[in-house]
Amino acid sequence: MERHYMDSKIKGVSTGTTILAVTFNGGVIIGSDSRASMGGNYVCSKTINKLIQVHDRIFCCIAGSLADAQAVTKTAKFQISLHSIQMESPPLVKAAASVMKELCYNNKEELQAGFITAGWDKKKGPQVYTVALGGMLLSLPFTIGGSGSTYIYGYTDAKYKPDMSREECLQFATNALALAMGRDNVSGGVAHLVVITEGGVEHVVIPGDKLPKFHDE
Amino acid sequence: MATLSVCQQPIGGFSFEYCKRNAVLEFECNKLGHSIPAARKTGTTICGVVFKDGIVLGADTRATEGMIVADKNCSKIHYISPNIYCCGAGTAADTEMTTQIISSNLELHSLSTGRLPRVATANRMLKQMLFRYQGHIGAALVLGGVDCNGPHLYSIYPHGSTDKLPYVTMGSGSLAAMAVFEDRYEQNMEEEDAKRLVRDAIAAGIFNDLGSGSNIDLCVITKGKVDYLRPHDMANKKGVRRVHELEALPRP
Repeated sequence: MERHYMDSKIKGVSTGTTILAVTFNGGVIIGSDSRASMGGNYVCSKTINKLIQVHDRIFCCIAGSLADAQAVTKTAKFQISLHSIQMESPPLVKAAASVMKELCYNNKEELQAGFITAGWDKKKGPQVYTVALGGMLLSLPFTIGGSGSTYIYGYTDAKYKPDMSREECLQFATNALALAMGRDNVSGGVAHLVVITEGGVEHVVIPGDKLPKFHDE
Repeated sequence: MATLSVCQQPIGGFSFEYCKRNAVLEFECNKLGHSIPAARKTGTTICGVVFKDGIVLGADTRATEGMIVADKNCSKIHYISPNIYCCGAGTAADTEMTTQIISSNLELHSLSTGRLPRVATANRMLKQMLFRYQGHIGAALVLGGVDCNGPHLYSIYPHGSTDKLPYVTMGSGSLAAMAVFEDRYEQNMEEEDAKRLVRDAIAAGIFNDLGSGSNIDLCVITKGKVDYLRPHDMANKKGVRRVHELEALPRP
């Protein structure tokens, strides 16, 4: 295992991954695969959770070095909770994304992790923000990330429609994850999806054999 | 009411005080034509499994220094607290010292709270320390124990990432051990089945990995009881010579 550990460009365990977040009419769906790999050859964990809840209606998904991502999300979760208690109201999704961005930008030399923050707040409704490797913060209607995302840029660009219904959006996200996991060797396992709306948070897990098949005989 | 924090909180930021000194020493050594001694690594097989009543941790007992076996019977299952033990793979000094530091801090914490320490606390302390040193501390750990919330098993990587799983393996022999686990692991096993499974997993590592060898140590942790079985299985007993050397030489 030391051999796999030394060969990798990302130090240690990496979530070579596929992550995505999509807004729909009334909420946002955030999804990821569940594989953690080391050196592109060994799967360290088949069941890792990359969707971290940082507040009641705000989730974060992680890509890159697992150690860096865990450290950043735990720090961010603490800072967002403190901010929310001080403001006496649930935090804005933009505030949560800014906290992640500050941590990534100020430590950009040492960190190797990227994030997608998505959630619902009362001011702007459902939102998706991406925080890239060096600390860039962008607000988008939908976004994909991780090593597996390169295989589905065409699919998501072609198939995304604004104001989808919940079921259409769920199908869109599931298809995108299935296509990426089918082509990227460091993405795989089960598909985790979380549907965030004003009313609550629903976690959907789709095991590998129940994912939609695309010419997989 | 403020509680006194007895443990010494580390100053923020990364501490690389000895890296410069080590680099200078290495340069001086190479100038004289010698190479600095290689750190002793425990090229190793360690693993852990959760069973019905608790945790079984297992480890081999070989410590290597390059291609030579430095210690044929070293102990890789370290004490953290009365209900928590930790197996260590990687650089022997790093695993030994890291577990001792966290064990000491955890005892102070436990005296301060007045409660038996939780496995999640030990996990947090270990991962925060390893992340602070950005992977330069070569300690890959399998942490297991039973606390008020039941049995817990964590794997901790040198860069500071952790994973909470029902069965874990680490070290150079981890692939061989994982193969055994993937084949035979079941939920809610009995103690004897779990011990046999861990013993077989470590044996797979010992016989298929050059960096692991000698005996198999087990540690069975249940609520209120710890069985530290060292050695549990002497898989590689040293043989007895059958013929005395001088008698074997051809007579003139």
